Amino acid sequence: MLNSIGRILPDYVEGYGTVRPFMGAYENLTKVERKGVSALSNTCGGNKVREDLAELIGEIDIKDGMTLSFHHHLRNGDKVLNMVLKLIGGMGIKNLTIAASSLFPVHEPLVQWMKAGVVTQIVSNYISGPVAQAISTGELARPAIMHTHGGRARAIESGDLDIDIAFIAAPAADAYGNINGVQGPAACGSLGYAVSDAEYARTVVAVTDTLVPYPAQRVAISQEYVDYVVVVDSIGDPTGIVSGTTQITRNPIGLKIASQAVDVIEAAGYLKEGISFQTGAGGVSLAVAHFLKQKMLSKGVIGSFASGGITGYLVDMYEQGLFRALMDVQCFDLEAIRSFKENEGHQSMSASKYGNPHNKGAVVDQLDVMIMGATEIDLDFNVNVTTGSHGLIMGGSGGHSDTAAGSKLSIVVTQLIKVRNPIVRERVTTVTTPGETIDVVVTERGIAVNPKREKLREQLVDAGIRLVEIEDLKNMAYELTGEPEDLELDDRVVAVVEYRNGTVIDVVRMV
Amino acid sequence: MNRFYRSMLFIPGNNPGMIQNASVFDADALIFDLEDAVSIDEKDAARVLVSMALETFDFKPSVCIVRVNPLDTVWGREDVLQIGKYHPDIILVPKADPEAIGTCHALLQDIEKENDFKPESIRIIALIESAYGVECATEIIKGSSRVDGILLGGEDFTADMQIRRTPEGRELFYARTRLATLCRAYGLQFIDTPYTDVNDLEGLTFDVREAVSLGATGKAAINPRQLEAIHRGFEPMESDVHWAAEVVATWQQAKEEGKGVFALHGKMVDAPVFARAEKILKQVEAVRGEELINHVE
Repeated sequence: MLNSIGRILPDYVEGYGTVRPFMGAYENLTKVERKGVSALSNTCGGNKVREDLAELIGEIDIKDGMTLSFHHHLRNGDKVLNMVLKLIGGMGIKNLTIAASSLFPVHEPLVQWMKAGVVTQIVSNYISGPVAQAISTGELARPAIMHTHGGRARAIESGDLDIDIAFIAAPAADAYGNINGVQGPAACGSLGYAVSDAEYARTVVAVTDTLVPYPAQRVAISQEYVDYVVVVDSIGDPTGIVSGTTQITRNPIGLKIASQAVDVIEAAGYLKEGISFQTGAGGVSLAVAHFLKQKMLSKGVIGSFASGGITGYLVDMYEQGLFRALMDVQCFDLEAIRSFKENEGHQSMSASKYGNPHNKGAVVDQLDVMIMGATEIDLDFNVNVTTGSHGLIMGGSGGHSDTAAGSKLSIVVTQLIKVRNPIVRERVTTVTTPGETIDVVVTERGIAVNPKREKLREQLVDAGIRLVEIEDLKNMAYELTGEPEDLELDDRVVAVVEYRNGTVIDVVRMV
Repeated sequence: MNRFYRSMLFIPGNNPGMIQNASVFDADALIFDLEDAVSIDEKDAARVLVSMALETFDFKPSVCIVRVNPLDTVWGREDVLQIGKYHPDIILVPKADPEAIGTCHALLQDIEKENDFKPESIRIIALIESAYGVECATEIIKGSSRVDGILLGGEDFTADMQIRRTPEGRELFYARTRLATLCRAYGLQFIDTPYTDVNDLEGLTFDVREAVSLGATGKAAINPRQLEAIHRGFEPMESDVHWAAEVVATWQQAKEEGKGVFALHGKMVDAPVFARAEKILKQVEAVRGEELINHVE
């Protein structure tokens, strides 16, 4: 069958089930039901602390076919997922689902558990490194499910993603299960991605290397959700917690793109009092923040909030008074963690509050301007950030689709060509974010506005922004690179890409 | 020379990524460098790369300049012979002296004949970077009718003079003034030396102001990030453009009324003032690609 953006989908995917096709970004926003949670009470002040993870794993009776969840706040420094699977892997348990909000190269050991049949499904919002490669080449028995950040929270709350045991890496916890992200050697700031897991999993285990006296301060996940507290030597490597790119690009092409993106923001009328803004941690995205800061300073504009993953650069803008608040689902660097500890206006938000389309109001819906990247973008403005042009999984939506749908002005900033591949092309390898939610594409060789945004186009033209058609961008790219050849992929579906509302926007086939 | 180049951006001739993207920075001219940016073992490869780039890519509206190796080296002549076939707009001759300019002129003459190019359609800019070059700049200019301008190479010049290059640039005062004056005298462009600290945009802005005040018509850049400050510095201020447009329009009217001199806002406008106004508008036309003085005879 075809979904509303013309992607061919199977009606049924073995290991996934019946496919509900994507029918539009703003469809399926109706009355929803949250699942009930079956949990054991602990009303007698029983001891939650366990000194040995192996002992605890024996105690909680992990069975074949269970779903274990993990958060990714420790990013490429995370030790908890590998630690837990190493213990479970030798127990003869099979068919586990690993629901990790993201997976990084550090999670390479997961591949051996996939091959051994211990793990047969993965549910995640972003997957990079060896695990992504292994899924792409068919090492996982069932198709992986790729969510958005908001979509994962929705799936957990609705019961679509039913978590048996949530292992929550806790930078600090007290003996009764109050967790914070601001103390201990693996302090990571906000714990926004772990909140739904804690609230909806049947069993919640806090894994910490820093046991603090009761009651813990700055509690991110509260004791009423937590069954056990396990103390281990180390939950994470602080050097891996910092996101890869938190410096403004020095690449002149990136700077040109960023400067043009800010011109677009101004021309579209959003450079005004109360502007809310989000950008990623890439060098170009940060450069957009840099140029925006200069404009805000020169015009005396005070914004309402900046959101998303928070970097030191946004902290600097906040501390200079350019935003009244920071809405933080995860801290990208040490400076953000410092600010999260110190600044009252630097607030944590759960992934559900951030981007769940089925709650009573997500932060993305209050967002004026979103700056986002793209691995590929097609003539309908559909964006791929899930697979590379070779078809291998190398990322995922994260908050991409959520913020594109919620923000009033979504701007894709990208070089027209990367590593000899055209980024703007006839058809993207995988659709992550539907074109109907993308407003503008800014490249070094031209700016294109989605034809569905006629008013925006007029505003930009009136303000003197030179525009081209997206087809022109594609042609310019093809002139330099040649037309990309179609990929030859196997029919087998190795991953199902769910849009934030749970419908299927695309599938990834085996390389 | 018809075009006015505020900026000339150096692009290493051995860097395919930079070459491919060279046109996106809106530099008035691009200098594909086969000399200092390219190590000895990459000279041949860079020559081929730049040749292919000239053949394949459209760098418009930027003008394409190639800095060849010095013509007294084993690479220099070969550079001109190979690159010339792909018709760059301009050859930048390093370590310029009258002999080098003459050699380049003769080589280009042969290339144009062999390839059926319009005579003297490949132009020359002399890169003057020695005390000798500064002192015999007149002979350099006279050395070929293809010479459209002079670029001052401040680093090599100060090395030759055995003096230190400073951010303030006082040591370049004489060379800049002399070359700017000579270029003005012969109706050529004088392109100022690049500012070498790419992270010091404040210093660059000061340096551009200095160059403008001494009569430079443009400035070379070694990083695209420098272009904005250079363009800003070499563009006439909006108030000057308004004034010039008013002078030219009123001059037209006065001429019809048979007046050679008239007053505008209480100030006398005569032929030299009109010429200055016209020059400002031509400068803006060249940069913006708009016709501002098409109604002037």
